[in-house]
Amino acid sequence: MILINELCKKFGKLTVLDQVNLNLSAGKSYALVGPNGSGKTTLIKSVLGTVRPSSGLIQFNGKDIANEWKYREQIGYMPQIGRYPENMRIGELIDMMKNIRKEVKTVDEELIDDFKLYKIYDKRMHTLSGGTRQKVSASLAFLFHAPVLILDEPTAGLDPVSVEILKEKILHERRVGKLIIITSHILSDLDELSTEMVYIFEGKVQYNNSIEALKEETHETRLNKAVTTLIKQKELLNSITEHL
Amino acid sequence: MTRVIRYIFNDILRTRFILFYTGFLLLSTFALFQLDSDFGKIVLSLLNIVLMVVPLVSVVFTTIHFFSSYEFIELMLAQPINRKVIFLSEYLAVASSLCMAYLIGVGIPFIMFSAGQNVISLLVIGVFLTLVFVSLAFLSSVLTRDKSKAIGIALLFWFYFSLIYDGFVLWIIYTFSDYPLEKVTLTLIAFNPVDLARIIMLLQLDISALMGYTGAFYKNFFGSNMGVLFSSSILFLWAIIPIYIALRIFHKKDL
Repeated sequence: MILINELCKKFGKLTVLDQVNLNLSAGKSYALVGPNGSGKTTLIKSVLGTVRPSSGLIQFNGKDIANEWKYREQIGYMPQIGRYPENMRIGELIDMMKNIRKEVKTVDEELIDDFKLYKIYDKRMHTLSGGTRQKVSASLAFLFHAPVLILDEPTAGLDPVSVEILKEKILHERRVGKLIIITSHILSDLDELSTEMVYIFEGKVQYNNSIEALKEETHETRLNKAVTTLIKQKELLNSITEHL
Repeated sequence: MTRVIRYIFNDILRTRFILFYTGFLLLSTFALFQLDSDFGKIVLSLLNIVLMVVPLVSVVFTTIHFFSSYEFIELMLAQPINRKVIFLSEYLAVASSLCMAYLIGVGIPFIMFSAGQNVISLLVIGVFLTLVFVSLAFLSSVLTRDKSKAIGIALLFWFYFSLIYDGFVLWIIYTFSDYPLEKVTLTLIAFNPVDLARIIMLLQLDISALMGYTGAFYKNFFGSNMGVLFSSSILFLWAIIPIYIALRIFHKKDL
């Protein structure tokens, strides 16, 4: 569904993404993992079109997305840090988003109900805590039944009850057959939510396979153990090649 | 596009700055009417205020607005909306609200005191100056990510066109006074929207005689309908070109 081919992004001299090749298909759930500053968010923003790639190609349903905007109808995006017009009330914000995507007739307000956001509809955005903002971001991402969901650190900053609500929702959407991309540092969450794993380090895709395969390769049963083993193996390999 | 414009418009009205601006213009226009009874003199004094204040308010308000609506722009970019539509909506909303404030602030007193044709050209050049400096401010906003830098660049535009450029033109006229300079100064004026607006207005007020030989030359050139048409189209270019460059930059920018 999303095809990324030889994608490079440079900010000045700094290379953030280096020849990234990925093929993300519908019905699968991808965990995007990597240390801070490895290029996960830049990759996501390139897919959304807010960051313009230095070179390379991104296709959405077989169409090049450069200078396109219509394909974003099919994406629900939850940003890492939700930045919203500070003077707007929650209710106004949600109304505005609905108004902008008027074509979507039936909206999915399950998360708004579950997070009890309607109780604080008249609160202004600048009065909200980080966690409440996350809830608003999550609700907006799921609002339009988009077939592709991109969630940038969805569970960071949420209380345990809300994390469970959100996870249930993600799992439900996965069962419906949507393409889900999640970045997170909480690997136990990803273990439940994802089927595929993409490991990015210094702008390069180092690993791209199913989580099952990763566990088998590393002889581990839990994802966090498996990932640490993977990273150690990579480091070992790097140090050997350096010595040669 | 109209939906996006409506939201930006509401946001602008909420800051109340536009109301203060309208109030200020209303107050100063009324005050001038109290001080003098000669329409020509009132228009002339008002012209001096307009030439300083309108560009200054336009650049400062636009840059501040652009950076405070950064979040809104970011939010819109993740939605199925064309980038150009977002940017042009911002421009249209800001420009039209400033123009409206100006037209109300200066226009209403003149309607009340029933004034003539000079006022219409004063209103038109005010609107033109607003459009020009809003588009210059948008250009400086997309050139940098830093709000204070952007305001600095925008203020520099204002400072340059209101003060520095005049000094430069005077210096040229003084240094090369032995040569015929009419055509040169005419060209130089086209490169400064503020001067262009001032000249159009002064010629309409029929005091170009005060400007000596060059004044007569301008009268000859600008006074005719062709001249007004020419200078207005140059002003129009001054509004279009910066916003077009800004749009190009914004279209390629990482946000």
